[in-house]
Amino acid sequence: MSENNVRPTQPDPWRGFTDGAWRSGVAVRDFIQANYTPYDGDAAFLAGPTDRTTAVWAKLSAMFPEERERGIYDVDANTPSTITSHRPGYIDQDTELIVGLQTDAPLRRAIIPNGGWRMVEGALKTYGYEPSPVIADIFTKYRKTHNAGVFDVYDPNILAARKAHIITGLPDAYGRGRIIGDYRRVALYGVDHLIAAKKADKLASTGPFTEATIRRREELSEQIRALSELKEMAASYGYDISGPAATGREAIQWLYFAYLAAVKEQNGAAMSLGRTSTFIDIFLQRDIAAGELTETQAQELVDDFVIKLRIVRFLRTPEYDALFSGDPTWVTESIGGVGTDGRPLVTRTSFRYLQTLYNLGPAPEPNMTVFWSPALPEGFKRFCAQVSIDTSAIQYESDELMRPRYGDDTAIACCVSAMEVGKQMQFFGARVNLAKTMLYAINGGRDEVTGVQVGPALPPIKSDVLVYDEVAQRFDTMMDWLAGTYVDALNIIHYMHDKYAYERIEMALHDSDILRTMACGIAGLSVAADSLSAIKHATVRVVRNEDGLITDYVTEGEFPTYGNNDDRADKIATELVEIFMSKIRKHPTYRDALHTQSVLTITSNVVYGKATGNTPDGRRAGEPFAPGANPMNGRDKHGMVAAALSVAKLPYEHSLDGISLTTTVTPAGLGNTKTEQVTNLVGVLDGYNSVNGFHMNVNVLNRATLEDAMAHPENYPQLTIRVSGYAVNFVRLTTEQQKDVISRTFHGSL
Amino acid sequence: MVARPLPAPDTLVPTGSVHSWDVVTAADGPGTRFVTFLAGCPLRCLYCHNPDTWQRRNGQLMAVEELVAKMLTFRPFIQAAGGGVTVSGGEPLLQPRFVEAYLHRCKKYEMHTALDTSGYLGARATDALLDDTDLVLLDVKSSIPELYKKVTGMPLAPTVTFGERLAERGNRIRLRFVLVPGLTDDPENVAGVAKLGAAWGNVDRVDVLGYHRLGVSKYEELGLRYPLDGVEPPTPAQLAAAAQIFADHGLEVSAT
Repeated sequence: MSENNVRPTQPDPWRGFTDGAWRSGVAVRDFIQANYTPYDGDAAFLAGPTDRTTAVWAKLSAMFPEERERGIYDVDANTPSTITSHRPGYIDQDTELIVGLQTDAPLRRAIIPNGGWRMVEGALKTYGYEPSPVIADIFTKYRKTHNAGVFDVYDPNILAARKAHIITGLPDAYGRGRIIGDYRRVALYGVDHLIAAKKADKLASTGPFTEATIRRREELSEQIRALSELKEMAASYGYDISGPAATGREAIQWLYFAYLAAVKEQNGAAMSLGRTSTFIDIFLQRDIAAGELTETQAQELVDDFVIKLRIVRFLRTPEYDALFSGDPTWVTESIGGVGTDGRPLVTRTSFRYLQTLYNLGPAPEPNMTVFWSPALPEGFKRFCAQVSIDTSAIQYESDELMRPRYGDDTAIACCVSAMEVGKQMQFFGARVNLAKTMLYAINGGRDEVTGVQVGPALPPIKSDVLVYDEVAQRFDTMMDWLAGTYVDALNIIHYMHDKYAYERIEMALHDSDILRTMACGIAGLSVAADSLSAIKHATVRVVRNEDGLITDYVTEGEFPTYGNNDDRADKIATELVEIFMSKIRKHPTYRDALHTQSVLTITSNVVYGKATGNTPDGRRAGEPFAPGANPMNGRDKHGMVAAALSVAKLPYEHSLDGISLTTTVTPAGLGNTKTEQVTNLVGVLDGYNSVNGFHMNVNVLNRATLEDAMAHPENYPQLTIRVSGYAVNFVRLTTEQQKDVISRTFHGSL
Repeated sequence: MVARPLPAPDTLVPTGSVHSWDVVTAADGPGTRFVTFLAGCPLRCLYCHNPDTWQRRNGQLMAVEELVAKMLTFRPFIQAAGGGVTVSGGEPLLQPRFVEAYLHRCKKYEMHTALDTSGYLGARATDALLDDTDLVLLDVKSSIPELYKKVTGMPLAPTVTFGERLAERGNRIRLRFVLVPGLTDDPENVAGVAKLGAAWGNVDRVDVLGYHRLGVSKYEELGLRYPLDGVEPPTPAQLAAAAQIFADHGLEVSAT
């Protein structure tokens, strides 16, 4: 152990902090509000990378090409991962400021079989590793997995819907993720205080011992156990985290240990970090004020932390990567926003986090997410816009839509899912394919690709020209079936996930009483809306195959399309969102979770499109859908702002799990000079915010750059682009996805 | 878009022939703007990239209030973003009454207004119209009468007169100049345009726009011969050289 790791003797770790209710309970927000210092200046104070930082990052960067080549760098195939399963690992033990890896070596992935053995086995074999027979025995004979539990219960209806890809991406074979532990609690209070609080909650949970009480007491016991393991893991690195962090460096280290415990224990689809920068700022500024830390040192700590977040890795199968490509982990960090008292939550450390995109170069992780409000300080707005123009690595979400609903200590899980940190979690539900559902409505529940009867059998449409009212009515019936089947599947999945793959440490860092949401989702919204618009405003003739199945459409005449700020089409999309949400709400949920939905596809818009036949809007079978809530490629004829206004009409109150818009603009489309580009991008973000737009991915790129990156990936190891709700290394996308990204509307001018 | 029969030009009801609209940033004026392209243009610039806007009959007939209603759907966004409205074309001053009525309504809604014109029909712009115009994007195609005629098919003088009138009135100008290698890039021609702008004294900025070939496919669609076959867009160095000439005349300039 290096001498860096010896904890200096410190006086009161809470010295200098303003008192409040946070002292006695577990109340991080209260602590932040009482102690943070808003920063309304510009980016001039920021420091570049130190040689140390550059050297550590270079060491890792040298390993990335091999990882990219082989799919993974290395895996420990013989040790199922737990919080304490692996010996300490380092990148460069002597120079690392923030320590801790998922396994005993960087980029060495772990197996986490609680979600499902088959996923682990498949992934190991894909990458040329032999699964251990002993571990296979354990997870097939002696220890049931989440995946096994789910398939014990699925019924033929769900299985058919799943097989037909009308419901896809369900977390029934992998970790559900999208749970954000309040990792800040460990830094502020130390683990012992948190254990004591959980013990008190358990003591207070008394009889009668109904199923709910029994479950609560067992879960609390697991949480307490996980907290003890967290201490043990930190101790293996030479740190005693039983008490509060006493310095800025310790605050980051404590917080990171807590996060690390989560990613050692769970291979969740999205393992988001929360809202940490302004919390950390309080500790860093205290050290700086005391003369114990310089700006360069503060930045160095943040850089080292971000390096760790960039190398979070999970073992996944190629099929999974086809759905969510680029090996994403969604270490989403929420930055900025405004407090309920009107003070912006922007601090110097908000800037420092974004500065890592310069100091280390652009990267998809952590998933930098700025909570935008017109009330943010001008200096911060301009810095965000500048970073977007330079790196395309930021996504923006509307603080104005979230704050009134979730308060000002909200963070995004994954891409667009807002939740109050430590007080709310979601049951991730992937999404259903609305475009395909509409085709089922036309074909009386038969799949347009296979001809198999999947949905409820309706009498087939007899006419040759589609009639809007008839299709709309059948669509409604089909959505009834879909919503029921979907919520059934999700209830099963989350029951089993709680039972066999419970997120012990993440839930230990939540209040014991929390709000749960059932996060449903829809894909293919623009295809369905445009198809209905075609049926309504143009003439759509059906083409039947020899079995009488309608497999194609001939559409004559003009019809308005979603994405042009034209209410005739936008209203159809808006209504679809409302209708499907109202159908979801009719079905009871596991643990009485609150029903929500998202309009988000991530990169699965390609896979969904592949599984969907010809549609009446003129889209050909297999063609990708638009990502998220985007208009279909090339159908937004009036520029990006008109498209954004259409998306902004989708009602957030019926899509509380988020609405995703991805935009790509060329630098010249924002202005001639950098200053002008920054001003105009700030304006566009303010504009979108003012019309209640929820989320915007901003890519500032030239088409030629992407084409060159396809041809010469070796020249673009860090080229980052934002897709629906997260960012990826462009060169890690499949060729098909790269083509899809390039073919999407490039808005030469906004 | 289906063409409807047009009434006589500029009847008492302000109705215009509108080719299309877009919302753009960093083009056709500052910030994010609702840009209306009116149909019809008396010039035939050799490098025109919108030949589909030449004919007034190719537009859709719209009442001012229809256009205002469309504009208003973008107003909240634009006001938050910073920007305004621009009337472009075609040549908007071919329909001065429509433009006047529209810009007047836009000012009532506190929108920043811009008029993108060649100035050739500047005499048709009433003082009332210009009172409601915050910025004139004045496209000066050339400073040499013979060359202006060659490039546009029309005389230069009306544009110069219009520029002088704007200067007298105090209307702000953003001067636009399209640099076409081998056609407009002679330093003498560029310097002449710069001299005009400098003499007027009300030019806030000059945009030197590089010729591009994005309009070629439109000519093909319309069955027209593309007049500048074989002409390549200017190099960054050529653009910079032209920009320097404007800067040498004390004008603020940006080149793309």
